[in-house]
Amino acid sequence: MKQQELEKSKEYKYGFVTDIESVKAPKGLNEDIIKFISKIKKEPKWMLDWRLVAFNRLQNIKEPNWQKPKYPKINYQDLYYYSAPKSAQDKPKNLDEVDPKLIETYKKLGIPLKEQEKLAGVAVDAVFDSVSVATTFKDKLTEKGIIFCPISEAIQKHPNLVRKYLGSVIPITDHYFATLNSAVFTDGSFVYIPENVRCPMELSTYFRINASETGQFERTLIIADKGSYVSYLEGCTAPMRDENQLHAANVELIALDDAEIKYSTVQNWYPGDENGKGGIYNFVTKRGACRGKNSKISWTQVETGSAITWKYPSCILQGDNSVGEFYSIAITNNHQKADTGTKMIHLGKNTKSKIISKGISAGKADNTYRGLVDISKKALNSRNYTQCDSLLMGNKCGAHTIPYIKNKNSSSIVEHEATTSKINEEQLYYCNQRGLNQEDAISLIVNGFCKEVLQQLPMEFAVEAQKLVGISLEGSVG
Amino acid sequence: MLEIKNLKASINNKLILKGLTLSIKPGELHAIMGPNGSGKSTLANVLSGKKGYEVSGELNFKGENLKKVPVEERAKKGIFLAFQYPLEIPGVNTNNFLKTSLNSLRKSKGEKELDSLEFLRLVKEKSSELGIDEKMLSRQLNVGFSGGEKKKNEILQMKILEPKFTILDETDSGLDIDALKIIAKGVNSSRSKNKSFLVITHYQRLLDYIKPDFVHVLSDGKIIKTGCGDLAEELEKTGYKKLN
Repeated sequence: MKQQELEKSKEYKYGFVTDIESVKAPKGLNEDIIKFISKIKKEPKWMLDWRLVAFNRLQNIKEPNWQKPKYPKINYQDLYYYSAPKSAQDKPKNLDEVDPKLIETYKKLGIPLKEQEKLAGVAVDAVFDSVSVATTFKDKLTEKGIIFCPISEAIQKHPNLVRKYLGSVIPITDHYFATLNSAVFTDGSFVYIPENVRCPMELSTYFRINASETGQFERTLIIADKGSYVSYLEGCTAPMRDENQLHAANVELIALDDAEIKYSTVQNWYPGDENGKGGIYNFVTKRGACRGKNSKISWTQVETGSAITWKYPSCILQGDNSVGEFYSIAITNNHQKADTGTKMIHLGKNTKSKIISKGISAGKADNTYRGLVDISKKALNSRNYTQCDSLLMGNKCGAHTIPYIKNKNSSSIVEHEATTSKINEEQLYYCNQRGLNQEDAISLIVNGFCKEVLQQLPMEFAVEAQKLVGISLEGSVG
Repeated sequence: MLEIKNLKASINNKLILKGLTLSIKPGELHAIMGPNGSGKSTLANVLSGKKGYEVSGELNFKGENLKKVPVEERAKKGIFLAFQYPLEIPGVNTNNFLKTSLNSLRKSKGEKELDSLEFLRLVKEKSSELGIDEKMLSRQLNVGFSGGEKKKNEILQMKILEPKFTILDETDSGLDIDALKIIAKGVNSSRSKNKSFLVITHYQRLLDYIKPDFVHVLSDGKIIKTGCGDLAEELEKTGYKKLN
């Protein structure tokens, strides 16, 4: 939308243009904006009320500030909270109009041409291959009774499910960013797997093709009903271009009796330049509830992008015998900062959790693992195993491990192992002597270091993620 | 093949090699013996191009000055170093490492890279030739390997990569007699008129199995004596001290 049109639109009562194609709400965070978002999404009243509860709460809470990476104060009144996806005419016409650096990275990752276009935001015509592919997927899912759609659509079509579960893992009035998201989220994904259904495919390819423009306040809700299974992959290895600096998504997972959810993330948002200018703030709240007995939630994350990554995908182990897992690779290079880890809250009996964290720091970056293992009084015979390994490259970066362990009964066992090592010059020499250049050698050693986590990724993405690990560290050792 | 003249090398301002001259022709196998601290391993490192050394003098490989050539480029030219202490790289499958290495070398020579099947066939052939259990190769690179396994792994790598010039840096130390025989077999079966070897060792023992064309004695950064195979036997009897 052109600047003058925007200026003009401000003269209207609510300041909004109603033409969906080119809609952009003015800057600022207020009740009107929230009403506008709700209206444009054609939401029922309960949803608007829900948002307003969050908005009101937001007035009385402050941003947390205990994290290691500090950032300049964000002026929330200076942000846009709604803008419709770009129309075809604003987008690049073909890959020739896209930054060649980006294309080079796509090629290194081996991403198919059609997907490259989509990822780079190239306008593609309606008979784009993947659209029909997506439709085929959708038919297959519908056949099994699986619901997989934008959350805005679920709010209209499946209000009972959404009302029952939205905010049930991350309360509306959780911490500042989660509450902000509850007030202003625009879209995201909704997944429901019915009882005893095993989702026949990774919910990934479809997602990757269709959700590359979900915006900065994403909301995802995944419900696995009794005895069901789903594997979901969010994000992609390709660098994402985004004009919004702050990303505050909320992701809620609910696993009922005997259900299993596997959630994998590959995050490669713009990290800022070599001097630490620009880059995304990735302040995401991800939480899963193992609500039923014998349920399982497994988080796997490969975090290589963003200027600041600040997130703790967590599991609340309510059901007896439930299992929570967290596998993480966080790579920070140049001036990137990460403060990430998990929370494992053991409430049910015989609950188990496993945390494998691999932090890699290069350049002037700073990488913190922060994790909580909390075993309640009633969570008898529970177990946790934590392993945090940090790898440093060069001598200007930092690695920190901050585990919080609370074990409130005597029948439970908590194990914590941590190592910090520097990338070994001798290992590099050995690889070089076998004909590997410096970058290939680093990639090989780091991939070896991360192997336990990479193994958790769905096959198709593991290969890309391995390449990504190498690419993220390019130029980090002279 | 290799021409070294008045080679000096220092590390952290400490002079280790103090003017070493050595010429190795295609097809020759030279042994370098010498007491601890005489500069044997430094020589191996400097020839392979390890960083951190201040090097002067002449260092030519197949007529080309090597001094500014980085480690991996030297490897691509056909220089192989069997490490005295092979490095452990956790999480990296030995086969995978070896395949990456082989294909990197093949690529630089303009040869076709091997796919997994071709590679495994090659590995099978070479490991059975040496009597090495190929199961070793599905483990993480050198992680949890015994001393003997690590050295055997080095020799297997040499067999697969087929270098023009191989340096064995005390590959024999700490080995039992069976492992020693495997190492010797690997070297002997690789000898040909266009491949050369530099065998660095403390003891004469290895030279019972590998017959060198020349034996050099390195002492205080210089070659102080050169002879034929029987020099090694003499040294074994008299020790290094008498030479000084």
